Order: sequence, then C-alpha cells, then structure tokens
Amino acid sequence: MTLELTRETVGDTRPAGAPTTADHSADDPNTVVLSYEQVEALGRDLDELRARVVADLGQKDRDYLYSVIRAQRGFEIGGRALMYLGFFPPAWIAAVGALSVSKILDNMEIGHNVMHGQYDWMREDSYNSREFEWDTVCPADQWKHSHNYLHHTFTNILGEDRDIGYGILRMARDQKWNPYYLGNLGYATALMLLFEWGVMLHDLEAENVIAGKRKWSDVKGLLKGMWRKAGRQVLKDYVVFPALTGPLFIPTLLGNATANLVRNVWTYSIIFCGHFPTGAQTFTSEECANETRGQWYLRQMLGSANITGSPLFHIMSGNLSHQIEHHLFPDIPACRYPEMAEEVREICERHGLPYNTGPLSRQLGSTWKKIAKLSLPNFMTRDDDDLTVIVEREPASAA
Amino acid sequence: MSIRSPQTRSQSRPVAARSGRWNRLVGSIVEAALSPHPVDRYLELLDPMLTWRDLRGEIVRVEHPTARTVRLTIRPTRQWRGHRAGQFVQLSVVIDGVRHTRCFSPANAGSGPDGTIELTVTANEDGLVSKHLARHARPGDVVGLSQADGEFVLPETDPASAVFISGGSGITPVLSMLRTLVSQSFAGPITFVHYAPTRHDVAYRAELAELEQAHPQLDLRLHFTREADDGHFTVDHLDGVPALADADVFVCGPAPLMDAVAAAHADLGISRPLHREAFTLTAPVVADPDSADGEVRFSRSGATAANDGRPLLDQAESAGLTPESGCRMGICFSCTAVKKSGCTRNVLTGETDVESDKQIQLCINAPVGSVEIDI
Repeated sequence: MTLELTRETVGDTRPAGAPTTADHSADDPNTVVLSYEQVEALGRDLDELRARVVADLGQKDRDYLYSVIRAQRGFEIGGRALMYLGFFPPAWIAAVGALSVSKILDNMEIGHNVMHGQYDWMREDSYNSREFEWDTVCPADQWKHSHNYLHHTFTNILGEDRDIGYGILRMARDQKWNPYYLGNLGYATALMLLFEWGVMLHDLEAENVIAGKRKWSDVKGLLKGMWRKAGRQVLKDYVVFPALTGPLFIPTLLGNATANLVRNVWTYSIIFCGHFPTGAQTFTSEECANETRGQWYLRQMLGSANITGSPLFHIMSGNLSHQIEHHLFPDIPACRYPEMAEEVREICERHGLPYNTGPLSRQLGSTWKKIAKLSLPNFMTRDDDDLTVIVEREPASAA
Repeated sequence: MSIRSPQTRSQSRPVAARSGRWNRLVGSIVEAALSPHPVDRYLELLDPMLTWRDLRGEIVRVEHPTARTVRLTIRPTRQWRGHRAGQFVQLSVVIDGVRHTRCFSPANAGSGPDGTIELTVTANEDGLVSKHLARHARPGDVVGLSQADGEFVLPETDPASAVFISGGSGITPVLSMLRTLVSQSFAGPITFVHYAPTRHDVAYRAELAELEQAHPQLDLRLHFTREADDGHFTVDHLDGVPALADADVFVCGPAPLMDAVAAAHADLGISRPLHREAFTLTAPVVADPDSADGEVRFSRSGATAANDGRPLLDQAESAGLTPESGCRMGICFSCTAVKKSGCTRNVLTGETDVESDKQIQLCINAPVGSVEIDI
C-alpha cells in the first residue's frame, strides 16, 4: 500500500471544510482523500483527547509507575540472588528469566517512558527525563537526542529519521538499493542480537563519520560518554556480580550475558514492529515542510503500527505495542495508552483513516518479510502497499 | 558567651576516619552493583527512612497550636547536619502524585546533627502545601528535606541588644533565635515584637509567656492587628528598647511589615545593619496572559532581555544564548530548564503557571511579565 502525503491540493473544486468524513475515491477504493480542514479537525480531536488525559494525571499514575519499579527491582534482586544457585540448572534458568524481565521492564515501561518526560509532572528526583539512567549501555542523554528529538520529531521522514534502517538497513522502498543491501537479513539479525550496542552507537551516526559528513571532533564527547556508561554496565554484569558469586563466576557471567541477549531480542522485536510492518508509511522532507499540528499528528499515525495482546504483554513491551498512541502523545504516561487507544481508533474510523494493528506474530512476520524483500532491488519484488492517503496541504481558499 | 554555629560536621570525623576506608570500599561495590540506579532508589522501596545519600525526615509528632497552624516535629535521617537559628529547610510532600517543595524555618533552637526539626506551618488559603500539611500530616509520614540554608542568622558576636520583629508565620526563625539565645544564657536585653491578627493566632503564646516570666531581660510585645486599639507596626512599638541605637534588629514577615521596619530602622539611625528574611505569603498575581511586558532574566548566564511575548527558547536565542533544544514543539524535552520565578503561559494549551523552581519546556512556554530562568 502506498500512503502518499502530497503537497498538491487535490480537487480544487472542493470547498474548504466541507465533508467531515474522508472521500474514498470512486475509481480507486484504496485511495483516501483528506481535505486540509479534515486534517485540522483530526488534530483538534486529538488535542481534545490529550487535554482530557493530561488534566486527569495524578496519584494513580504515580502509583502505577512505582508498582512497576517495585516489580522490576524485585525481579532484579531475585535474579541476582538466584545466580548463587547457578550450579543447579533450573535455578540458573530462573535467574536468567528474572534478570531478563528486570532489564526489559527497566528499559521499556520504566526507562523509555520516564526518559520521554512522561512522568516529569511528578517533579520527582531520579524519575524524570533529566536524570533517569537505564540499565543498558547507551547513555541516556545520547538516546534522548536521537530518539526523543530526531526520531519523534521527524518520524518516518526519509533522510531525517535515522531510525529507518538505523544507518545500516534498507527499510523502505524509497531508500535507494545497492548490492550492500543483499545482506539486509544478516545485518538485521546482528542488530537484533547486539541491539543494546546498536542503540548505543546510534547517536554517533557512524555512517556520516565514515562519509566525512561528521567530524571526529564532533563525536569525541559522545564516545567518552559511551565509554563511561558501557564501562559501568560491563563492570556490573561481567565483573562485580560474577565476582560476588565467587566460584560461580562463569555461570553468573553467562547468565548475565544471556539476560542481556534476551532483552536485546525482545526490545528489537517490539521496536521493529513499531514502524516497519506493512502499512506503516514513510515520507519525504518536502511533504513535511511547514506541516500543521494536524498534519504532524496524521504523519505520526500513518507511520506507526500497534501490536495487540494481553495487558501483561503491553506492560512488557513498555506499551510500545501502542506505538500509534505513543507517537501521537509521546509525553503522556504510557499506562494511559490502552484507554486512549479506543478513542484514537474511533477517531481514525470517523476520519476514514487506517489504524494499523495486529498480533505480534503477524506484525513481526510482516517486518521480517519486508527486511527480506528490501534486500533486493525494487523491480524484483512486488509493492504490498494497497492504500493511498492524499492530503490537501494548504487550505482550499488559499489554493 | 558567644553564639556559635551549631553545625558540628567535624565532630563525626574521627569515627568516620576509623571505618572510612572499609565503608568506602563497600560503598563503591554497592554503587557499582546497582549502577545506573542510585542506591536510595532501592532502599526507599523497603523503608523511606533508610537512606544512603538522600536526606529525609519522619514526622514524629503533630500538634495544632491554633486553628490555622500545625506544628510538626521531624526526625531527620543521618545525613542531617543541623541548623543555625534563623535558617530554613526545604520540605517536600507528594500531593495527588506531584512532589511540591516549600521553604520553612525551623522554630527550635539551632541544633546539631542529632536534633529534631520543629516546623510550625500556617495553613494559608492559597497555600497548597501548608493546607495539605495542616489537614493531612500524620506521625509516621516521611517528607523530603534539604540541608538548612540561609544567611538570616545570629551574628558571630553577641548583640548589644537583640530586637526580634515578626508577623504571622514569620515568627519561626526569630523564635529559633530567641530560644538559642536563651539556651546559651545570653544576658543582654531581648525585645520580641510579634504581630498576629488576633490573640488566638499566636502559635507560641504560652511558651512566649513562660519565657518572659523566666527571663527578666526578655520584653515580649504582642500586637493584634485585627483587635481594637492596636494595629500594624509603628516606630512607637520600639519605645523603650534598651540600647536601640546599637541593637541587632531581626525582622521576618509579610512585605508591608518588612518595609515599615526597614524605614523605621533607617530613621532611627541604628548602627548595625538590619537582618531581614522575606517570605511570600501568596502566589504571584497572574498578569494578563496576552501582555508582553516585564523582563526575562537568564540567571546562569547573566543575560536579560525585555519580554517580547515569544516562547522562552526564542527569546533566549535572541539574547545570544544557545540552550540545548530539539523539536521546538514540546515533545522532546531537550530544552527543559528550571523557571526560578515568574508566570509563564503554555502556548499550546494557554494554561498559565506561577510556581517557582519548576522545570518547564522553554520552546512552548512564553513569559507573562517578568520571569527568571536558570540558563
């Protein structure tokens, strides 16, 4: 499907602010046409939803965050303690499981969300976007730059959102193919296994350093920060805790490495389902120049995809299973996304817009299929896209 | 006799030196093991009073000396370094999920690290925290604390004559000074002038009366501003103060009282400088949200600019500053900085905010009148 956001005004006979539902073009049922005013109405609906939830934030959201922190610390301490029984295989497996859950909760439902400023309104020390550090090798400040700023502002804009392919993968048909991308599946697999290291290196923009677009002096500070943060993480997981278990040094080290690996595979899988399943759109800089708030909302919606699942699944994914709601409202506590999702979906239906969601198996399968197809040049593969969204970029009166 | 700082940090050093090296080793292993999270983020889940670095306090006693006041006795954690009479502490409580921090001056005599902290809080109509404490504080509650701070303290050398003037809840720092002088057997004359709306609004009336009885050199002068034949400060209220020309005068209270005392102090030609501690009774008045007047002060860099009504990030950049920024639309939090004081308006929602010492996003907040930003 090709969701196209076009700058051109479609249908200059259309009066401003006329129909409230989108037109499905008569000759092509897979084309949705939205007027300028319809997009602005969509923006107002979403702003109203946002204001309502923000006004309601309070003790129960704080209690929720602390309950997740409590659970995470419990799994962490439990996992570290079980490593002392690491000579007994079931205990070792339980230890790895507990530690994996701890790291996943820390990185996703706590770290990712706190670092987004979702809980800044609590004005609590440590649990705010300025101070929080997470249990992974990437320094918080660098991640906030590449993620909160670049990825969330320029979501799915080719050439600006470095999360499209992370500088190493081909994730959109509009990315120019070259023989390097024959290895797309291999690079993606390596990224999945080493995800925390990939996330750490992300803000370096290594490909730009190699291409000479970024000077070494610009990245020296970043490298220093990585060295410091990664050093502490490595010291903790591969020296201090193994040493604290004495003769079980090796089993503990392997256990900690396995927990980091489990976390890597899980977070990679959830994150790749956020923007890459079939139907999630990419855009060009020209399309997005001077966009209005409504147009920004629309781009966030069309560029993101949700994953369905149980409440526990949503918590373990840091509610990134509600990627659409997260991209519309990145600074609202993620525990509110499930309730907001019902309304967002209703708003989408009312405006005739797609709402991309599906079970993990389907979204993940679709993502891997895309990675495989995009390793080949476009002429060798079929474009799966089946819906076009055409948007009037300017008010009809100005056209 | 001399009045000494009660801060006795050095007293604990010999003990610390003996076990210091061992403690430091264990400490660095614990911190390395729990990295990147501070140790206190684990301990607080077990017991909020069990702290590694943070200073907190447990409310051990709650009294209501008058209808509008609450007196809290607080036992601080081991990090407490004590306070000098007249200093303040920052106390923080969580109200509907949000941590609010306010300054209060302990009323007890200056004390060392082992002491408790006595705070008397007057529930103010506009005071979110004071009302919350007056209604909801219970023994066993744990509050956030800062170390004592402030320059409103007794001088290093004994005053020839001590004059304390306070209004309303401004009584607490000067009562702390009075109690300190008395406990140190200060022999010089002390004049204690206090203003309250009625006789029922003096939180420490009984104790003040007792102190006056026990210490003949203490002259207690209570004035009730809403009672007949009495009223606000005039210079007559200092008639007959011994050695007034060389007295150390300490004043704490609402702005009109402070101003009147400062004027009288100058008129009387008192040789010693006036000691004063301002406190704000009410939140700053919200100006017309669409007006663009006043001045924007960027306190860390020292830059100032006339407020032109645009978001603070734009105004900072026009003033030649380069604060960290990103999306410029309120989503990435890169430009978050502390607003020290003033009123701001969120340009997306139109909401105004008058709270001081609060993190705000510079890109979507515009000043309403004068604002001070810590960049």
